[in-house]
Amino acid sequence: DQVLHIVPETIQQVQHLQLLCSTFMLDLWKPLLPEDIRAGEDLHIRVPAPLVQEMKDSLAQHMISYRVLIPDVQKLVDQSMPRERSSHRQVSGGYVYTEYHPMEEIYQWMTQIQKNNSELVTQHILGKTFENRTMYYLQISQPSNKTKKIIWMDCGIHAREWISPAFCQWFVKEILQNYKTDPKISRFLQNLDFYVLPVLNIDGYIYSWEEDRLWRKSRSPYENGTCYGTDLNRNFNSSWGSVGVSFNCSSDVFCGSGPESEPETRAVAQFIKSKKSDILCYLTIHSYGQLILTPYGSTTKPPSNNEELMQVAKEAAAALKGKYGTSYRVGSTASILYSNSGSSRDWAHTIGIPLSYTFELRDTGTHGFVLPADQIQPTCEETM
Amino acid sequence: RAMELPPGHFPAARAAAVAVEYLRYLRGGPGSGLRLRELQRARRQDIDDVGHKYYLELELEDVLDKDRTVSCTAEVLYHLGSTTSAPDVQLTVQGELRSTEEADKEFYNRIRSLEKELVAENIPDSHGNVPPELEPIHLLAWVASGYVIWQNSTENTKFHLAQVKHVKQVKRNDEDLQFDFVLLLHEMVSQEVLPWEVTLLWHPQRGARVPQSRAAGAGS
Repeated sequence: DQVLHIVPETIQQVQHLQLLCSTFMLDLWKPLLPEDIRAGEDLHIRVPAPLVQEMKDSLAQHMISYRVLIPDVQKLVDQSMPRERSSHRQVSGGYVYTEYHPMEEIYQWMTQIQKNNSELVTQHILGKTFENRTMYYLQISQPSNKTKKIIWMDCGIHAREWISPAFCQWFVKEILQNYKTDPKISRFLQNLDFYVLPVLNIDGYIYSWEEDRLWRKSRSPYENGTCYGTDLNRNFNSSWGSVGVSFNCSSDVFCGSGPESEPETRAVAQFIKSKKSDILCYLTIHSYGQLILTPYGSTTKPPSNNEELMQVAKEAAAALKGKYGTSYRVGSTASILYSNSGSSRDWAHTIGIPLSYTFELRDTGTHGFVLPADQIQPTCEETM
Repeated sequence: RAMELPPGHFPAARAAAVAVEYLRYLRGGPGSGLRLRELQRARRQDIDDVGHKYYLELELEDVLDKDRTVSCTAEVLYHLGSTTSAPDVQLTVQGELRSTEEADKEFYNRIRSLEKELVAENIPDSHGNVPPELEPIHLLAWVASGYVIWQNSTENTKFHLAQVKHVKQVKRNDEDLQFDFVLLLHEMVSQEVLPWEVTLLWHPQRGARVPQSRAAGAGS
């Protein structure tokens, strides 16, 4: 079924539309009654699927222009229904993926996920944060006798970007819920392992829940405890400190006292370095901006495999747009966004990981960091 | 002599943001808020001794009526070497924006008849929620931030309203409504969140005015 938007221009068009409504017994959404159809005013009509073509032909014949407002009514109905507990296996007893969760709950979630999916998931320690909290990643790996390449994804490097950890959790849930039934996912898992770090900047994330929703950095103290936090995404060893940073702790892009000065950065870097020959793709998830960013931020000189990077990114953006029409721009950070140095994505690429991307999820500034929870589902679905 | 710019690249995106914020200040109100749907085309002209001028073609949508879009052509002139004067913005909007006369009047009367002055904070809240009765205040915050962002933008900045930290209505003897805001503006290039104290005056027929605004004291 489709909903058409028509603005009749003449009385003849109004009369014809009224005729169509009564002949086909169409469902008028706006106005409610055929007698209220007026020239120059919006008309929204739901047309049952079997009549769509005939309706459009009739409109064309009478030179009545229309726009498809809703291309698939059933789909919209399905989306707006709260997700029922499906007959899928319980991925993790009743966890609500369409809400934002504090760190305590995310820790519990990780434990549950491993427990309920132990044939596929193992939880590992990556390191510790400045405030001594344990950083865990989840390894999703189908037992097999062949060594598999790795796709690494980290979320929550910036505390205020709450949609990012929400996406990592969603991603894990989707894979585990559907790997047996979805041929694409099952093929992925035959050949690839996923390593997911749901929250990289745990101290900052907790601080954004408890003290300052718009906090970005970590929580390590500088200047005798008068100033806090390093921008972890300026702290990696890729042209560190050269551009798009501040050496002043009070700045939101403070790059730390040196490359990898922060324990969180070291934990990630050490691990990735140790596995780098097996890592095919490095993904880091941020918000906001609706962008798929490629290396580099510190220079506009393109990386050696730029064509491949761009092609994959463009295909990803197209697939993403196909879901709900959300537009993502694609390109290097230096051309699309701003100059920066010390980013994890640039560092991953320079040590040899060929496909390295930063995703900036919804939106483009209307809500920014404070994205309503009701956008978690569509954001995650389109990004999957 | 105007150079075509890739609309996806940041120089065009920053100029487009300024145009949209200026338009929000001019045309926004408690019943309507505009958002950039797409930057379709951008050109830039470097004018000796004057500055950089951007020519933009934008498609905008009304956040309260998403299937309605309007086109807009804008010229944004950033003055040479200036950090103190606002960019000049000229715009032409094609197409009709939805009339908000009814909603504006209703809002105006509702606020005027409040016994206690309206006070609110954290709009939206941490989870992105705005209670429906505060949505008009949220949209007026866009008008206020539209003004501040337009006035303070340069080619090296891109501002968005991150959150309304605090808003207080101030009753007046004349016919305007007055709202004193503390707005948190997110600046994309520096990634800073900057608090601004902004006074907004609004009247259903006369529209909005910002008699004063200033960057507030030390932030986070």
